[in-house]
Amino acid sequence: MPDFLKIEHIRKTFPGVIALDDVSFSVAPGEIHTLLGENGAGKSTLMNVLTGLYHPDSGEIRIDGRRLSFTSPRDSLACGIGMVHQHFMLVPAHSVFENILLALDNLPNLFSRKKYRARIKQLIDEFQLDLDLDSPVWKLSIGAQQWIELIKLLLRDCRLLILDEPTAVLTPQEAERLFKVLRQLKKQGKSIIFISHKMREVMEISDQVTILKKGRSIASLTRGEYDERKLAALMIGADKIPEWQKNLQLSTQISLDIQQLSVRNDRGLSDLEDFSLQLIKGEILGIAGVAGNGQKALAEVLTGLRKASHGRIMANGEDLNNSSARHSYIAGIAHIPEDRKTIGIAPDMSIDDNLIMKSFKNSAFARGIFQDKKSIRRNAQEKIAQFAIKSGPEGTPVRYLSGGNIQKVIIARELSEKPAVLVALYPTRGLDIGSAEYVHKVIADGAAQGMSTILIAEDLDELLKLSDRIAVMFRGRLIGFVDPQNSSREEIGLMMSGETGENDGGEA
Amino acid sequence: MLEILLDATVRAGTPILFATLGAIINERAGIINLGIEGLMLIGALAGFAATHSSGSLLVGVSAAFVAAFAAGSIHAFITVQLRGNQIVSGLALTMFGIGITALFGKQLVGLTIDGFERVAVPGLSQLPVVGKAIFNQNLLIYLSFFLVAAIWLFFYRTRWGLAVRTLGENPAAADTCGVPVNLYRFLAVTSGSGLVGIGGAYLSLASTPMWIENMSAGRGWIAVALVIFAGWSSPKALLGAYLFGGITAMQLRFQALGTTVSAHILQMLPYFFTIIVLVISTLRLQKGASQQPESLGLPYDREDRK
Ligand SMILES: Nc1ncnc2c1ncn2[C@@H]1O[C@H](COP(=O)(O)OP(=O)(O)OP(=O)(O)O)[C@@H](O)[C@H]1O
Ligand SMILES: [Mg+2]
Repeated sequence: MPDFLKIEHIRKTFPGVIALDDVSFSVAPGEIHTLLGENGAGKSTLMNVLTGLYHPDSGEIRIDGRRLSFTSPRDSLACGIGMVHQHFMLVPAHSVFENILLALDNLPNLFSRKKYRARIKQLIDEFQLDLDLDSPVWKLSIGAQQWIELIKLLLRDCRLLILDEPTAVLTPQEAERLFKVLRQLKKQGKSIIFISHKMREVMEISDQVTILKKGRSIASLTRGEYDERKLAALMIGADKIPEWQKNLQLSTQISLDIQQLSVRNDRGLSDLEDFSLQLIKGEILGIAGVAGNGQKALAEVLTGLRKASHGRIMANGEDLNNSSARHSYIAGIAHIPEDRKTIGIAPDMSIDDNLIMKSFKNSAFARGIFQDKKSIRRNAQEKIAQFAIKSGPEGTPVRYLSGGNIQKVIIARELSEKPAVLVALYPTRGLDIGSAEYVHKVIADGAAQGMSTILIAEDLDELLKLSDRIAVMFRGRLIGFVDPQNSSREEIGLMMSGETGENDGGEA
Repeated sequence: MLEILLDATVRAGTPILFATLGAIINERAGIINLGIEGLMLIGALAGFAATHSSGSLLVGVSAAFVAAFAAGSIHAFITVQLRGNQIVSGLALTMFGIGITALFGKQLVGLTIDGFERVAVPGLSQLPVVGKAIFNQNLLIYLSFFLVAAIWLFFYRTRWGLAVRTLGENPAAADTCGVPVNLYRFLAVTSGSGLVGIGGAYLSLASTPMWIENMSAGRGWIAVALVIFAGWSSPKALLGAYLFGGITAMQLRFQALGTTVSAHILQMLPYFFTIIVLVISTLRLQKGASQQPESLGLPYDREDRK
């Protein structure tokens, strides 16, 4: 079959960075083509070139054999290319309905709101989504926002759909639903470019995989020619995956005693209800649960972003909810938030400054009342090397980094102060497999030195591998613990859907 | 008494209403325009000069719109195409407006024209209390009523309006939906400026049918502030403009009654009260979510990451 899209020798540089060096690949009609590459390899940049958002320095884009040069996303949309961006292109203050409306390709200037409401509603129901069309987008969870982006794309009549890490924030069940849609589109002869760091998904959905490394396309493989190991080896080099050991010698000391904690949201409903838990020193406590079952509220009270309406958080005999100890506790806790760009970093500041944001009082970074730029720089260099952060030239604002690299900056900063407690929400979301493994190692090493971790994650494999204990949450309540050594994905999956399993006496 | 006061309120508030509406259109697209004061003067002078030489008020109003549209395109070019600093460019536009109208207005000082007359809407103008204030006014005032509704409908019921609002919030989102960002921003700035020009023309064609140097007297700045008070919404702009108009009407009334308070103090009152109300209303705002367009004042560069 002749190629629908052909990309040849694309090169794109930014001041001080070669984002794309030399990339070529092609996509056939009805093909799901996966792009695989480390954080900062240039995947998003390449897709932005393809949709006319970035102008390439050199290289060619051909569609149906015709050479095209896009000057704006408008041009590429006209050619039937649509894209879901890694960083959402949404208006937080507008309603879901308005966000979707603007993306429709055939919306007349004067339109019947009723007709389009019905059409959008239909699609939302088809995906079994719980989305209120009139709610402003800023009130929605990240997962819901991702679906809005997907709906924006799917309502358009595109010949090529580009999905830049759409599954990073979706639950495995939601990802499955998305894949079903993608397969249908494929049957209709549409081409899809898919980006993900999750190997399980890549293996499941791809017809063709192209690997990007440092801005170059180094291999294109057809289904059957590759397996997970081979892809990983091509992408990062198998020898680079760090090794680590779980800390098996748990202490008996309790670092946090959470007693009957409840949190209400602004509608008066409970996000967290009667939640009790004892976190042991040096333990990694996994929290499993379908997103939206209170994990976020738990993280927010524990890190002081929200107040509990009831209950206590005790450490060393003091209630951290109210006492004067609250302040130093909050300052001392490490937090890897879900929403990186809004609460994780100061986007306009450099990596150096973002990395010391938690330790700016530390005398190592000061000279009298002034900052010690040299030691701040040294600290940054260390962290950049340790976490393999792909950064631009010195002083580049953090917002220019790729999604995964921003995540690494946050993790590096949060763990730098040797915290007693780490609350991590989806810490490896958007990280390539090498970096994810490195983050696992850092958390495990921290645990060995006495750091207690509350690890909130969606990926059961990650939870099973890392946790000493797994607590399962459902509708804001803790419904039981499982031992990762002796339980399967299926068992936990069942509990996540509200079945209380072993400690359910049958009377519930 | 109340009837007269209401009537005077509407008349004094209308030029500010036009200017505020124009500024809202600018800011909804994400561009701050501090040139409102200058644009009002340009509109006032162009409107007066054209009416004087042609004898037609319609020609005058059109000239005011076109002249302010043209002057606004300087601001649009600098802020949209060249991505220059919006504050600096706007201030420069005001200086430019003040200077150029003083220069070209010299030979028009002292001339007179026949300004806008009242046109009563049959029946409705007989309504008690509000009849005269709303339905026995000149055509420009009727135009301003129409615009308040039309602008609201434009923003909330048309695709163009949605696109412009998206530009002010997140231009990248609009861009990736295929909205021509620069063209729409340019048009929003220029057409908004045109409306401000009509506000100026109201002063020289309806309020006092003559040209007086610097006759906008700070009303442009009040409009800039009222945009915030109005939360970028056209119906609330009407409220704000009439608040200013109402206090102006009252202080004129006081002056006419012959109080002992200095006229300068009285003349200051509308500005003073507008600022007070503004401060109070923004304090209230801070608790809830801000209605300010999120990308207001920020130039859009497609290749820049946010
Ligand atoms: N607008 C920009 N200005 C400056 N540098 C940029 C810009 N866009 C991308 N870069 C740089 O280009 C490189 C590639 O980034 P890109 O976002 O394409 O990576 P990626 O492969 O998508 O990574 P990830 O998996 O983390 O999303 C990075 O070093 C990034 O800092
Ligand atoms: Mg990316």
